[in-house]
Amino acid sequence: MSTPRFQLWSSVGKKLLTGITGLALMGFIVTHLVGNLNLFVGSEAFNGYTEALHQLGGLLVVAELGLAGLFLLHAVSAILVWRDNSGARSVQNTVVASKGSPSKQTVFSQSMIVTGSVLLVFVVLHVAQFRFGIFGGLDYTTTLDGKEVRDLYRLVVETFKNPAWVVVYVGVMVLLGGHLRHGFWSAFQSVGLLDPMLRPLAYSAGAVFAVAIAVGFLVMPIYLFLFA
Amino acid sequence: MTDAKKTRSYKLRIWRQPDAASTGRLVDYEVADVDPDSSFLEMLDHLNETLVKKGEEPVAFESDCREGICGACGVCIDGRPHGPVTHLTTCGLRMREFGDGVTITVEPFRANAFPVVKDLIVDRSSFDRVIERGGYVSVNAGSAPDANALPISTDMAEDAMDSAACIGCGACVASCPNASASLFVGAKIRQMKILPQGDVERTRRALAMVEQMDAEGFGDCSNHGECEAACPKAISIENIATLRREYLRAAFRS
Ligand code: HEM
Ligand code: FES
Repeated sequence: MSTPRFQLWSSVGKKLLTGITGLALMGFIVTHLVGNLNLFVGSEAFNGYTEALHQLGGLLVVAELGLAGLFLLHAVSAILVWRDNSGARSVQNTVVASKGSPSKQTVFSQSMIVTGSVLLVFVVLHVAQFRFGIFGGLDYTTTLDGKEVRDLYRLVVETFKNPAWVVVYVGVMVLLGGHLRHGFWSAFQSVGLLDPMLRPLAYSAGAVFAVAIAVGFLVMPIYLFLFA
Repeated sequence: MTDAKKTRSYKLRIWRQPDAASTGRLVDYEVADVDPDSSFLEMLDHLNETLVKKGEEPVAFESDCREGICGACGVCIDGRPHGPVTHLTTCGLRMREFGDGVTITVEPFRANAFPVVKDLIVDRSSFDRVIERGGYVSVNAGSAPDANALPISTDMAEDAMDSAACIGCGACVASCPNASASLFVGAKIRQMKILPQGDVERTRRALAMVEQMDAEGFGDCSNHGECEAACPKAISIENIATLRREYLRAAFRS
């Protein structure tokens, strides 16, 4: 009998994709959070950090394109998973209930497509706002060690003087936390790394990770609104 | 039935569907004089006797062993495959779990890959077709080998047995919000790849069984983990992790 081929877009292939891209995105989001902590230090620290990134030149563009690819691959594979699932049970039972532990079905696992879709829209908006400056502010400059550099700190601070932006960013970060509450352990499971010993560990670590990421990001706009 | 034991009565809402082509609906029934120590299936037998006496069509449901080993009897009870008790089949479920006078909703194991045949009976031959694609070993494994003649440790044997405990009832599919068969397929793949007799064909097995699983119209897995809770044999979603590892491994071997 001939051996069928590995299919990247099979059910299991898609899970490997959401899992691998999910892990990579989590790596990115941690890096992004750590970098942004410079906002708490002040204007010079933050502009120094962004300037250092810009000094990377071509390398930065490659990283940006890679990230865009990751987001796209993650979103596409996850949306396809969701689409296939919606078609697998045309007639629903009138009563549906969870059997409880050890089930990991929660409001978070059920809303991945919702939180994920919001994240997708947000990422586009966020990049347009701070990378491409569609709302202005990319021309702000300041001097750092006698050199003229972009004043992204001012752009960020001015953005979050507007309470509407604070509300949007805080809201989306809460949803990001929700996405990661299920996504963290799920990604490890999707790439086949969890056994009965590691699973409870990964599940608990996911709660800590989700809260840490969400809180880490959402205090920034609040802090800047109140104190900057 | 002894007088000393207080019997119970229930209101039942049962899915009735004459055949695969018709649309079904929930029908209300009342059943009285139920011994709390009787099983859920015996309660349905009891209901059917009264229906037959009244000249009505009895409720079609499946059962065979009635001792939790054949996997035939699965139904959704109040939205949960095999009912409210974890790690139990419908045939093992006792009526004492249900308070006197409560309403119980009984529906089939629902999935597009499990079309309804009649009432509570669904066609699970999609599982058979997945097995046909790789749920076997092609070598002649002979009769049971002498103890210690094969290099299989107790741990390995236990591990394989944990997966082999699957009775193919379909509760994993029925419980899954995505109607995914990942736990079933994962258990079959893990059971065989652990042992040397099955190891030889593991690449082809993983690729072929996943291909068939998808062709049958089962959903994908979102790691809700509901299947492990619904499985009467408590089969761990570790088997789904194995399924992913085996599939990924096959990508580099095929
Ligand atoms: C671009 C917008 C995004 C969309 C549309 C999206 C959508 C989804 C969906 C629907 C799932 C569930 C997949 C399933 O049911 O198996 C998922 C899983 C996941 N997402 Fe996202 N997501 C997005 C962004 C993100 C971001 C920014 C991160 C990380 C910071 C992330 C991390 C994860 C992780 C770790 C998983 C678990 C992967 C798995 O279970 O295989 N996602 N995503
Ligand atoms: S009738 Fe065999 S498992 Fe229930």
